[in-house]
Amino acid sequence: MQFTLEFGGGLELLCDSVKIHKVNINLLNDSDILTMKDLLSWVRTNLIKERPEMFMKGDTVRPGVLVLVNDCDWELSGQLDTTLEDKDVIVFISTLHGG
Amino acid sequence: MEAGEEKSKKAGGECFYEVFEEEIHQVIVGNRLFKFGERVAIGASGGKDSSVLAYVLSELNRRHSYGLDLFLLSIDEGITGYRDDSLETVKRNEVQYGLPLQIVSYKDLYGWTMDEIVKMIGLKNNCTFCGVFRRQALDRGAALLKVDKLVTGHNADDIAETVVLNILRGDIARLSRCTSITTGEDGPIPRCKPFKYTYEKEIVMYAYFKKLDYFSTECIYSPNAYRGFACEFINDLERLRPRAILDIIKSGEDFRIATTTKMPEQGTCERCGYISSQKWCKACVLLEGLNRGLPKMGIGRPRGNVNGDYKDIKARSTAKTIESKQCGSLDF
Repeated sequence: MQFTLEFGGGLELLCDSVKIHKVNINLLNDSDILTMKDLLSWVRTNLIKERPEMFMKGDTVRPGVLVLVNDCDWELSGQLDTTLEDKDVIVFISTLHGG
Repeated sequence: MEAGEEKSKKAGGECFYEVFEEEIHQVIVGNRLFKFGERVAIGASGGKDSSVLAYVLSELNRRHSYGLDLFLLSIDEGITGYRDDSLETVKRNEVQYGLPLQIVSYKDLYGWTMDEIVKMIGLKNNCTFCGVFRRQALDRGAALLKVDKLVTGHNADDIAETVVLNILRGDIARLSRCTSITTGEDGPIPRCKPFKYTYEKEIVMYAYFKKLDYFSTECIYSPNAYRGFACEFINDLERLRPRAILDIIKSGEDFRIATTTKMPEQGTCERCGYISSQKWCKACVLLEGLNRGLPKMGIGRPRGNVNGDYKDIKARSTAKTIESKQCGSLDF
């Protein structure tokens, strides 16, 4: 499945300063279902080049990181259980800096 | 109120940012933050909160005819690799929003940049210096602009953190003031915080949807700040129960100080005339320390005596109970 991933609020610094990544993810399991949990794990392994603790804490994103799936707060779609579809746009924005 | 989510749900047909703007308007009107025709300086750092504040305030000023004369006021602490970059953002904001910009620097005001200060005092207590100096710098800048009021982008998360921080330090004087939406009405320039009830998350979402230009890197000296603990705590708390942030603010508002607690009296600084509860204001004490090569002066419990008040020191050290100790003198 194809996804557009966007990193903002300073998170782009963890991915070689690239804000927008167009990626192709194929799961090795039988089901066609890809959840945010799967995506996060994939991102941590493949896109985060340094300081992963700034992006994730355990299985989920670090507190203070906003996640939008197709412009909608992921808390409305089930957070880690959110199921993703082809061509979805996922945005990660850090709020952890001065205002 | 679960910040963004409920707002989106409430919104129904309306979009998120219409609701956001309307709520800020209600906070401004409901708390009578401004008077028609006032000159108002927006404390602008180039960061998310102040950029959104500048945008929303100028938009609401226009839409609802507040009649305000708005300015951007920026403080240059002299932190290379951080402030010089964020100032570029404010200069862009000046053009984008059409608001005149005034920059005030620590170097001009105090003769020291933060970089020079850190070189002298090391990496601890940086924020103490910077915070104290910035507060005064904003007042000086506001006086230069001849404004009636200062407005800052402090959001609900910030205020909840401050409440927690003041409890952790036993700073009752600050605790009693930090939740007020308007402060300093009896001082040189009153200041208010229209984002007092706005979650940090909502501000970031607003900036994202409106594609607002802001600078988003942590101050290079902030990892050593004590506030970091309060910040992490608040973020973890928000995850468990988002309403906790507003509830902490409410608790802060509802604190009543026991009458047996000794509170500092407000007077003026002998050296510079600024508002102070001691003979010298904190900025003067810190500056004296820097200029005399005594970086610890003004930090923690006073041992030496810049204020020349021996009676005071004796009284403090023989105080029998914690309640009778002067506010802010508990040391960690």
